[in-house]
Amino acid sequence: MRGDVIRAENLTKVFNRSVVAVDHVSFSVRDGEIFGFLGPNGAGKTTTINMLTTVLRPTEGCAWVMGFDVVKQAKEVRKVIGVVPQEYTADEDLTGYENVMLCADLYGVPRDVARKRALELLELVDLIDFKDKRVETYSGGMRRRLELACGLINRPKVLFLDEPTLGLDVHTRAAIWSYIKRLKEEYDMTIFMTTHYLEEADALCDRIAIIDRGKIVATGSPNELKSSLGGDIITVTIKEGVDVAEVIKGCENVKEVRYENGSYRIKAKDGEATAPIIIEALRERGYTVVKLSLTKPTLNEVFLEYTGRALRDAEESRESFIAHRITLMRARKR
Amino acid sequence: MSSAKLVGESNPSLARGLRALLFRELKKWLKDPVMLVMLVLQPLIWMGLLGKALNIGALFSAHNVNLPQQIPIPGDAVLVPQGLQVVVLNGTKLSQFFAGLGPEIMQSAFGTTDYFSFMSVGMVSMIVVTTTMFSGMSIVWDRRLGFLDKVLSTPVPRAAIIFAKILNATLRALFQATVILALAYLLGLRLSSTFTPLNILGVCAAIFLMSVGLSSIFIAFSMRSTKMERPMQFVALITMPLMFASNTFFPIDLMPSWLQAVARANPLTYLTDAVRQLTILPTDFAALTWDFAYLIAFSTVFAVIGVLLSWRYLSL
Repeated sequence: MRGDVIRAENLTKVFNRSVVAVDHVSFSVRDGEIFGFLGPNGAGKTTTINMLTTVLRPTEGCAWVMGFDVVKQAKEVRKVIGVVPQEYTADEDLTGYENVMLCADLYGVPRDVARKRALELLELVDLIDFKDKRVETYSGGMRRRLELACGLINRPKVLFLDEPTLGLDVHTRAAIWSYIKRLKEEYDMTIFMTTHYLEEADALCDRIAIIDRGKIVATGSPNELKSSLGGDIITVTIKEGVDVAEVIKGCENVKEVRYENGSYRIKAKDGEATAPIIIEALRERGYTVVKLSLTKPTLNEVFLEYTGRALRDAEESRESFIAHRITLMRARKR
Repeated sequence: MSSAKLVGESNPSLARGLRALLFRELKKWLKDPVMLVMLVLQPLIWMGLLGKALNIGALFSAHNVNLPQQIPIPGDAVLVPQGLQVVVLNGTKLSQFFAGLGPEIMQSAFGTTDYFSFMSVGMVSMIVVTTTMFSGMSIVWDRRLGFLDKVLSTPVPRAAIIFAKILNATLRALFQATVILALAYLLGLRLSSTFTPLNILGVCAAIFLMSVGLSSIFIAFSMRSTKMERPMQFVALITMPLMFASNTFFPIDLMPSWLQAVARANPLTYLTDAVRQLTILPTDFAALTWDFAYLIAFSTVFAVIGVLLSWRYLSL
């Protein structure tokens, strides 16, 4: 177990003795990796983060961060972690710089170190020109960057990012991703993050745990997960209205054929090589291929495979719904 | 552990955390001048309208007791000793007599002849209560917006979070009350002959005690409310009875006995009385001591309960 920065064993959280938010979750995060929890809202991602960051006490199970028990050694854990919550927690009435310094005070970073570091961090997230502006005037992307800077003021060994790009537009999201990568390199941290954006998990994470209804259903690197599906997806449409499923099934590497919406959805290994074989087999029997497409499996397919449904949001409580709306409202601000 | 160096680097302290969190609140407050004006305006309107409109002193003036010059008293109303002479009262004299009674009635009921002075001090108590509670409410927002969770994930001592809230509420209440008192003075509050500038310190001490006790308990409850509206509704519900079941607007001695019992338990009564003793009344030291004793007891008990409740809630 050495080299594990975070370790969770049967971590469980039950709210009000009836709502199981996180259900016996076990995983470990290795030193220096970006580990992602992927799942819909309400799957238990934030609850897991709250337990790991010593905000919530687990109902059952244990977890260690940097070898410290999150319940018994909460104080030690708090010192070595940085947290960037899903909400925009920076104070709107304070300036960016004041907010970073507030975090420094909470962590007890020595004043002179904090001052230097605050400027350095604001520089890194390109907010240095806005450091004396009230956060109220910041756009969603700027606020996110400020949250990142706040979360790093104590030079954490482990950074927790809860939905780092929630509600941001595609453009800003990509920018935030590059900031996260830059900061990780600069500070040599391990990152634990949650997201319900498939592309985000794909773009950022070294390893992913897919979480659904409080349970981890699969763990692995994005590529491992994708290849665990067993192949690429080839979609073929032919001109003739006859059933050619058997013909396609006869081809090499084809694993599964389904007829959907007027075309054949074929699961096959090594799609690039298999597609021409299928076309050839069909032509030999006198059929005309009018359309063909090849899709490499995405995490969306992975999610579908493991949970039996597309990644969609679960029910939220009213409280988290409002918090969520506020986050989205602020994110959209330009 | 490789983190040894890092652990040593952050050195969270109660004083620094408290200062940072308190400054955050106060900065938020000071950066919103509209809110500041509104907060002063509201009690000012109350004071100006209610204090001046309820001109109780004028009830007993010569103008109100306007009798005809001569009041014949019918023969069978009084014993008539000699003959059939009609006794005639001098109405003008009587009016003057009644008018002279006015200040005396005011003096014995309110302790001062000026109702405005009486009630504007009551207003100070009211502002202490509302400001304290409204300031305490910010914890609900902190929770809603994720700020509280964020702070809880840092190594800052939990006590800093609680004390920052209590102190914030208290400082705001002190500030507001001082402003109101100053405004009341400008509007015609009559200070007693025993008043010295040093009494202001006493006033602040009384307000401090009240505010610490009240905010501790209120914050502990607000922290737990999952609905943002709850603390708001609670304040709306509690303020009115708290004010009227006390000596804020009217002397307790003239209330029905059941209400007197409530008013005598109400800490607001003691705050108001303490402030009156120190400003508009000739100081009665026995009464003042009793007021402070009650306020200290109230503050200690409620602060201890409130802080413990908050502590339990914030601890992992």
